Amino acid sequence: MDESTEPPSAAASDVPVIRFDDLHKSFGKQHVLAGLNLDVERGKTLAIMGASGSGKSVTLRHIIGLMKPDSGRVLVEGVEVAKMTREQLSEMRKGMGYVFQDGALINWLSIGENVALPLRENTNLSDKEIRERAQHKLELVHVPDAWNKMPSEISGGMRKRIGIARALITDPDIILYDEPNAGLDPEIARSINATIRHLADTLEVTSIVVEHRIECIRVVADEVLFLHEGKSLIQTATADFFASQHPRLLRFFGQDSLPPSANPHS
Amino acid sequence: MSFSSSATHFVQTSGERASLLLATLRRLPAVFERRRLIADAMCSLGLNMTPVVLFVGLFMGMIVSLQTGIELSRIGQQDQIGLIVAVSMAREMGPFITATILAATAGSSIAAELGTMSVSDELAALEVMSIDKLRLLVLPRVVALAIMCPMLTVLCDGIGILGGGLVASSQLNVGWDLYSETAMDSLRPVGGWFGLPFDVFAGLLKSFVFGIIISTLSCAEGLRAKGGALGVGHATRAAVRDSIILVIIANYMISQMLYDL
Repeated sequence: MDESTEPPSAAASDVPVIRFDDLHKSFGKQHVLAGLNLDVERGKTLAIMGASGSGKSVTLRHIIGLMKPDSGRVLVEGVEVAKMTREQLSEMRKGMGYVFQDGALINWLSIGENVALPLRENTNLSDKEIRERAQHKLELVHVPDAWNKMPSEISGGMRKRIGIARALITDPDIILYDEPNAGLDPEIARSINATIRHLADTLEVTSIVVEHRIECIRVVADEVLFLHEGKSLIQTATADFFASQHPRLLRFFGQDSLPPSANPHS
Repeated sequence: MSFSSSATHFVQTSGERASLLLATLRRLPAVFERRRLIADAMCSLGLNMTPVVLFVGLFMGMIVSLQTGIELSRIGQQDQIGLIVAVSMAREMGPFITATILAATAGSSIAAELGTMSVSDELAALEVMSIDKLRLLVLPRVVALAIMCPMLTVLCDGIGILGGGLVASSQLNVGWDLYSETAMDSLRPVGGWFGLPFDVFAGLLKSFVFGIIISTLSCAEGLRAKGGALGVGHATRAAVRDSIILVIIANYMISQMLYDL
């Protein structure tokens, strides 16, 4: 077995939790990722920014093994995702949460059962314990009374919250958020951002947030990576990112200088 | 689409469907823990179709009786109408009509439901949660249709024979007693498993296979749907079309196997 497919050792705490090593991915003639490198340290929140179609969501899908790279490596806890066996991949995913753009809730299950689903399917916990845990996660994302509602009966913001609650149900070490602010009004978006920051601070999970709204990045991110032409144009601390005068970033934000750094948690 | 790409597509989809069926069969030990989902699927995919099956079955029996009755009466053999209606309903019409109705209703429903889940990232969500979508989504639907298709076929057979009797007694001057006696006599020979009349057994075996074909194909098409509403539409159309084609082919092969040896 390749060294990179061995389970992580105790010494692995020094290595980045997530590492991209010269990753390439194309769809037909379109080269979406063209040599992407990135590192995410344990307990940190990395925001990935970039223009539409720059490969932000594709990057996330590589981490959780929904896509395989054309070349290069994605390492999670030092283990190469593409070389994992089905069982290893399944185990890795149980330690991760993934929040889809629109929540991707199972439409024929109630909100409570959506959140409880991973525990019902993958554990032998009693019904009582599963319900208690799921209810706790619903309270964590501030929707304690939603258990019996159906996904079709709730708003977009609530779907996002439920998606976050479901991602948290297995107490993951890593959470991946795919555009958590997409399609939300500013007030609900602020609330979602505060929830993400709160979870990062209290649960000390490692997070990657794909987003292109500055307001979100300011609140949630410890570091920002800007994707440009399939590569990392810059990966730096949030404050430094907003202080950057890189011409591509200035053009992206459509102004002479980047918005002032206002990362409230830094 | 060129011939070679069509052939490649055919082989690829056939392989996907066959491997889906095998993967689902490997999960059969989980049937008991999926009993609630199976019961739900039996109701929504099968039981709710009962009125349609009864209605169509009734009229098919009446049509068979009328058409054959007219010809038989010309040669003075109309007393055999009961035999012909009963045998044709049990062997062919019942299983095939039921399968066609289920392909159009349950099959399209399965493909659309799973297709919508696929294009809205719900299947991807199951995958990232390490949830076995075949155990959760496919197994209950396949088992439900494998059970419901024979059950609905029995109803279709029964109502079809009844409908044939109504036409025979009201329009062809064949007494109800004579009709029912010849119909029952034709189904009396026991030769199938479980002590069933052979023709009834043959029909039920067919409908069991048809149920598996419809559900597996529809699940396979739904799971592979891509590209939004258009993709769901393609999946639904392919599920119904291919189910009916494969049901017809399987019908011939099973008939050949059971009656030609």
